[in-house]
Amino acid sequence: MFSGLTVSTWEVATVVAVVAGVVGFFVVMRGSSFVAHAVPQSAFAGAAGASLLGVSTVLGLGVFALLAALAIGWLGRRGRHDVVTALSVVLMLGLGSLFLSWSTEYGPQIYSLLFGEVLGVSANEVGVTALLGVVSIAAVLVLYRPLLLSSVSPDIAEARGVRTFRIELLFLVLVALTATMSVPVVGALLMFTLMVGPPAAARSFVSRPIAAIVLSVALAVGTVWISIAASCGTNWPIGFFVGAISAGAYLVGRTWSWWSVRRTAARMTGRERQF
Amino acid sequence: MLSSILVEPGFFGSQPVRTALVVGAVVALVSGCVGVFTVIRGQSFAGEALSDMGTLGGSGAYLVGVSPLWGYVGVGMVVAGTMELFGVQRRRGRDVATGIVLGAMLGLSALFLYWDTVDHSTTGATITILFGSLFTVSGVTVPATIVLGIVGLGAVALLYRPLLLTSLNTDLAAARGIPVRRVGLAFLVLMGVSVSLSSVAVGTILGTALLIGPAATALRLTRRPGLAMLVAGGIGIAVTWLGILLSYDSYYWPPAKKGWPVSFFVVAAIFLFYLAVDAWTWWRSRSIRASRGDRAVRVHRPDPEARDEVPCSRV
Repeated sequence: MFSGLTVSTWEVATVVAVVAGVVGFFVVMRGSSFVAHAVPQSAFAGAAGASLLGVSTVLGLGVFALLAALAIGWLGRRGRHDVVTALSVVLMLGLGSLFLSWSTEYGPQIYSLLFGEVLGVSANEVGVTALLGVVSIAAVLVLYRPLLLSSVSPDIAEARGVRTFRIELLFLVLVALTATMSVPVVGALLMFTLMVGPPAAARSFVSRPIAAIVLSVALAVGTVWISIAASCGTNWPIGFFVGAISAGAYLVGRTWSWWSVRRTAARMTGRERQF
Repeated sequence: MLSSILVEPGFFGSQPVRTALVVGAVVALVSGCVGVFTVIRGQSFAGEALSDMGTLGGSGAYLVGVSPLWGYVGVGMVVAGTMELFGVQRRRGRDVATGIVLGAMLGLSALFLYWDTVDHSTTGATITILFGSLFTVSGVTVPATIVLGIVGLGAVALLYRPLLLTSLNTDLAAARGIPVRRVGLAFLVLMGVSVSLSSVAVGTILGTALLIGPAATALRLTRRPGLAMLVAGGIGIAVTWLGILLSYDSYYWPPAKKGWPVSFFVVAAIFLFYLAVDAWTWWRSRSIRASRGDRAVRVHRPDPEARDEVPCSRV
């Protein structure tokens, strides 16, 4: 069943899931799902350009993801954030469509970049992915406190002397890094699902940041592993399983928090009645 | 002759070009009107999500063998209802809800596209649905697009006043007896129809461009919503026609010699237009400030487009 898979696939996928779980926690805290959606899509255009020029895909992904992140950051200072994000992503995708119209490679490769391809991971990509993953995690560790504070309350962070704009830019670069390493595995369109679904589900189970991050990583890794296995078994695209499992986890999380709130409320009223 | 440099011979004689011009104009007009409300309400992500989810409808339509337009419209309406159910109207946590719905739907469309390529061996389906092309619009899609466009414009006219009040001040609207939630749902459905139309023109993952770009640019130029709609419609038509023209001209351009995609030109024109207006308003506000010479007393005039949070306490 797993004949086409190598150890490197599992390694790369696990690294991707861990980083997506960690970075995704901040995506959910900051309410930046749109950015998490926009940056990987922009990166896709870079991959199309890279295949045209014949350079490494990761390079194209990285350059375009970074460009999009910086454009969103800079333009977002003056215009509305969501408007600027939408405009940046469609510009990048427009460029992507131009590159695709030039290149002769159609169909399968584009499809796998958009929706993910487990078998597309080769052994020499493991090193690059691991390196990017370590850099991302290190960045989160260094930025942890200001990033968390500016996510929870930008005003307090500003009053404490945190440069919120600089933190925002750094965060965008972090998302770009994550996108670069994970688009080849999960695909551009579904990458953000992994950054939003498991962390949002984790947040509805626990509220303490560290616990939520750990749970979010666990959920993300589980999602990716099950998706790979299922994708190999059925030959269906991995993106489908990632999307479905993430949505399922979120639904369970929402139901759980709704139920526990109701239970607490019931216990409270019960106690009142006792007195 | 200037005109023969700008316009390749045979531009106006070609049937696909004429169709593209008409369909493009209708789509741009509807998108401009709906887009102004989308920007005012801060629902760009919902617009983007609805547009992307058109991929599901488009790929499903290919599977069944009908025109993608019906897929776009059907899914747009269903998804608008689902997002309402998930609480997209609330400001807090709504981007997560949008993201989750979008992710699940995109996963499904990945599966559908996979079946499209496996069962029907239509490898072109992915590209057509995702990136679209105005030149391939034909058959029954043309009158359908025009009729849907007129319906959309009618809905905007009908909803104009309650929608505007709800978008600007939810509490006031509720106090006036406007069913805020139902108006919000109606607008989501309207947005679904609008992005379906623009998906026909520029493809599902670029559909947001026509919705957001011209409207955001127009709101930079004027603050009056009605006027902004007209300006947005005008900008939309201008960029779409420019895109069609350039794409037609580019037929002999390097490197591929088979024409650059219309969608690219449309999107690039929209972005450049926005950048130009952005730079212009910035320069103008600076020169006004400099001519007054009151650098110490900076009068902060809130820009309606730069407003991040609608003061709505209704959660």
